[in-house]
Amino acid sequence: MRHLLSAGDLDLTEALLVLDTAEQLDRAIAGRDVKKLPTLRGRTVVNLFYEDSTRTRTSFELAAKRLSADVINFSAKGSSVAKGESLKDTALSLEAMGADAVVARHWASGAPERLTSWVRGSVINAGDGTHEHPTQALLDAFTMRRRLRGGEGDLEGLHVAIVGDVLHSRVARSNTLLLRTLGARVTLVAPPTLLPLGVERMFGDPVDVSYDLDSVLPTADVVMMLRVQSERMAESFFPSAREYSRRYGLDVRRMGLLPDHAIVMHPGPMNRGMEIAADVADHPKRSTIVEQVTNGVSVRMAVLYLLLGGAE
Amino acid sequence: MPAENASDDPRATGARSVLDSGDVSRVIDRMAHQILEKTGGAADAVLLGIPTRGVALAARLAGRIAIFEPVSVPIGTLDITLYRDDLRLRGVRPLGATVEPAGGIDGRLVILVDDVLYSGRTVRAALDALTALGRPRAVQLAVLVDRGHRELPIRADYVGKNLPTSRQEEVRVQLADVDGADGVFLTDGLYPGERGR
Amino acid sequence: MILIRGARPYGEDAVDVLIADGAIAAIGAPGSVAVPDDAQIVEADGLILLPGFVDVHTHLREPGREDAETVATGSAAAALGGYTAVFAMPNTEPATDTAGVVEQVWRLGSQIGLVDVIPIGAVTVGRKGERLAELGAMADSAARTTMFSDDGSCVSDPSLMRRALEYVKAFDGVVAQHAEEHKLTVDAQMNEGAVSARLGLKGWPAVAEEAIIARDALLAGHVGSRLHVCHVSTAGSVDILRWAKAKGWDVTAEVTPHHLLLTDDRAEGYDPLFKVNPPLRTAADVEALREALADGTIDCVATDHAPHSTEDKETEWAAAPPGMLGLQTALSVVVQTMVQTGKLDWRGVADRMSVAPARIGRIDGVPSSDGGPAGPNGGHGQPIEVGRAANLVLIDPDATWLVAPSELASKSRNTPFAGFTLPARVIATFLRGTPTVLDGALAATAGATA
Repeated sequence: MRHLLSAGDLDLTEALLVLDTAEQLDRAIAGRDVKKLPTLRGRTVVNLFYEDSTRTRTSFELAAKRLSADVINFSAKGSSVAKGESLKDTALSLEAMGADAVVARHWASGAPERLTSWVRGSVINAGDGTHEHPTQALLDAFTMRRRLRGGEGDLEGLHVAIVGDVLHSRVARSNTLLLRTLGARVTLVAPPTLLPLGVERMFGDPVDVSYDLDSVLPTADVVMMLRVQSERMAESFFPSAREYSRRYGLDVRRMGLLPDHAIVMHPGPMNRGMEIAADVADHPKRSTIVEQVTNGVSVRMAVLYLLLGGAE
Repeated sequence: MPAENASDDPRATGARSVLDSGDVSRVIDRMAHQILEKTGGAADAVLLGIPTRGVALAARLAGRIAIFEPVSVPIGTLDITLYRDDLRLRGVRPLGATVEPAGGIDGRLVILVDDVLYSGRTVRAALDALTALGRPRAVQLAVLVDRGHRELPIRADYVGKNLPTSRQEEVRVQLADVDGADGVFLTDGLYPGERGR
Repeated sequence: MILIRGARPYGEDAVDVLIADGAIAAIGAPGSVAVPDDAQIVEADGLILLPGFVDVHTHLREPGREDAETVATGSAAAALGGYTAVFAMPNTEPATDTAGVVEQVWRLGSQIGLVDVIPIGAVTVGRKGERLAELGAMADSAARTTMFSDDGSCVSDPSLMRRALEYVKAFDGVVAQHAEEHKLTVDAQMNEGAVSARLGLKGWPAVAEEAIIARDALLAGHVGSRLHVCHVSTAGSVDILRWAKAKGWDVTAEVTPHHLLLTDDRAEGYDPLFKVNPPLRTAADVEALREALADGTIDCVATDHAPHSTEDKETEWAAAPPGMLGLQTALSVVVQTMVQTGKLDWRGVADRMSVAPARIGRIDGVPSSDGGPAGPNGGHGQPIEVGRAANLVLIDPDATWLVAPSELASKSRNTPFAGFTLPARVIATFLRGTPTVLDGALAATAGATA
């Protein structure tokens, strides 16, 4: 594995290796006063962020630092559109600084893949446009595996409902790809306006799609709520926040339709009261939202280790 | 595939037997006695094996100690991959589990156990890994074979067999729990087709 | 005088062709044409002779973006591609929307003299889609512009489009519509479908093109005007064109070489070399376009040659401008997709790349310098017969070549066919009897002869 651009880059063996490595790393530092490993001493990780995302950047930064890598945060507001430095020139600069890995968050789908043609180091996609966010999918799978499969093996037979703005969601794409690789069944649930045209065949094999959340919940082991931005209302993807919430929001009544063991996930940041009710988000038994953040660090450590921990 | 697993059978590749199955059992028994003797009965000792064969050896030592004396020495596993100084020399290594012995290691006498002592770098990494795990009273080292060529100021407290070797040679240790049978072999480090050139 | 020896007009029996005073002076069986002492001999054994190609859709970027292309470099690329006339789209800076700018571009083309450069006038002032530009003044200018387009943008306002269609009737003009319902393509990046869904690129739906073509065909039928549809890209558009033609309406259409060969999965990898407007579509669309070009539903091939600088293309997909080079690869792509598949013979190629586009652009009449109907640009798309203007191209049908961006004559490098091995090469091009290309390279004597 040289880069991590898409969750689809990982076959079952590689996906399990990432998850197992994350488990080992998590245990290696669990309960320790000094959460630091010397593994990536002397390696340089650049966080190249063209979009604000304190959450993701901090998670990668912590992961790299726990492995003793040097971390440079490079916030680039400019782009060739905004007359800033071009992506290529920025990439060449990072190359000249000796970046071993570039963690790239970009507003444009495919920008991390473009970077791979200009830098020698590994490129990790930390979210590109409306394309993918593979480390989010890995941390979600890690969380599901811990909660529902004792932290081992694949996710064969698990039914995961991904609910909300699939059209604009990189989380939905990466999760769908990875979960299917791990053997889970995915149902995408959204109003038709928030599903991409061609969604059923976007990954070759058919993807299950539903417009009716209530009918999906009783068989779901996991329900993953996606953030819905209220700007979408202005673009007529749905009429109002209230209507969206009524039809697709996860409230306490809907949570009651889930099987007892089912968990509720959200990649954050949440719109409480919109796609998820506060009582659901804070539910002590079902909600994994805080765990997801913790697990994110372990999974990103695993990805950094697997990309940078061996010979070049 | 962990690198420590020599997948090919040393007997089939023209290796020379150094210790046979009976020898290995006798050596392990002697090491068990030495541990009991040197630690005054191993009352606060724990055995921490370094994967892969160090773990099997630690289990064997604990088993023999329990037969010789009414004492149960806790065993654990110490994966040192994250602490190695040679990670960049090879493809990425899979991580193993570290399993703390029952009762932990704080204030205990930790005996690190490995199959072969060579450059000392593995033990150096193990000492770092140990520091992250806790604060033992003291640390000792037990190895089945010491083949020399140290690159660090490290020596073993318990040695099953001192085996002079050249750097080109390879020492292969087999233990029943891992390999199905006991034995120690010395190979010339060459593939069969390269011999005699 | 030039004697072309042993060429096969339309791929048929070999003949010798004598060119004198810019026209075809004699055609006869090999060896039968008397060779004047001072004639330049062009050996054309095995080569195919066609009327010089006409491109009704080229972007030459001058004035404004001379870093990407100039009239000179674009003319060279055109001549090397076998073209004797190109229509230059008005999305320059400033836009070609007045008689003054139109004449400026036309004169530049004449001075360079490698191809006839006929400027297309903007339909609306500044191509803003708000009010009509002075179409009549452009038609009366020295350039005799009769083709109008806001290409790059659609003339969206249906009332304005109706007026434009009506107004150009006064001078037998045509409105070439860039069919795109912009409200359906805000921020669109590629064809909308399974590939765009996977890549997370905003979709450009086929219906955005089809809806405008249907509307404009109805408008053209209603007011009895000529409509030309630029770069048709979908199977649905083909259906609408077939219907409009069956109605007897004067609707013509073009297809680009890239839409005849490439599909939307080229977007994988996010290399903006494959970003174009309208976008690359599906294999089913490609097949429908080929069929439509074969049966005449689509009248002609037009390149939509759109040079962009390397720095504009070496960027994020979404930040890159759409467009591809096309002039030097057009014939080869047409041969691969239409001739080698048995859909068109060489007469068909001549029709779709020369005769039909010359007719659409009204440069198929007798050229005249005194304000005659064809203006100074006539004589293109003519049959290969004695007395006709010698606008000709010689093609080696058996050659293959590797497309190397740095070897193209264009100032830009943005060909989507880099690394492709394509069939057929242009060996020679003649503009009114003067060789602009010989032996596959610009002729030493070429240019500045007009």
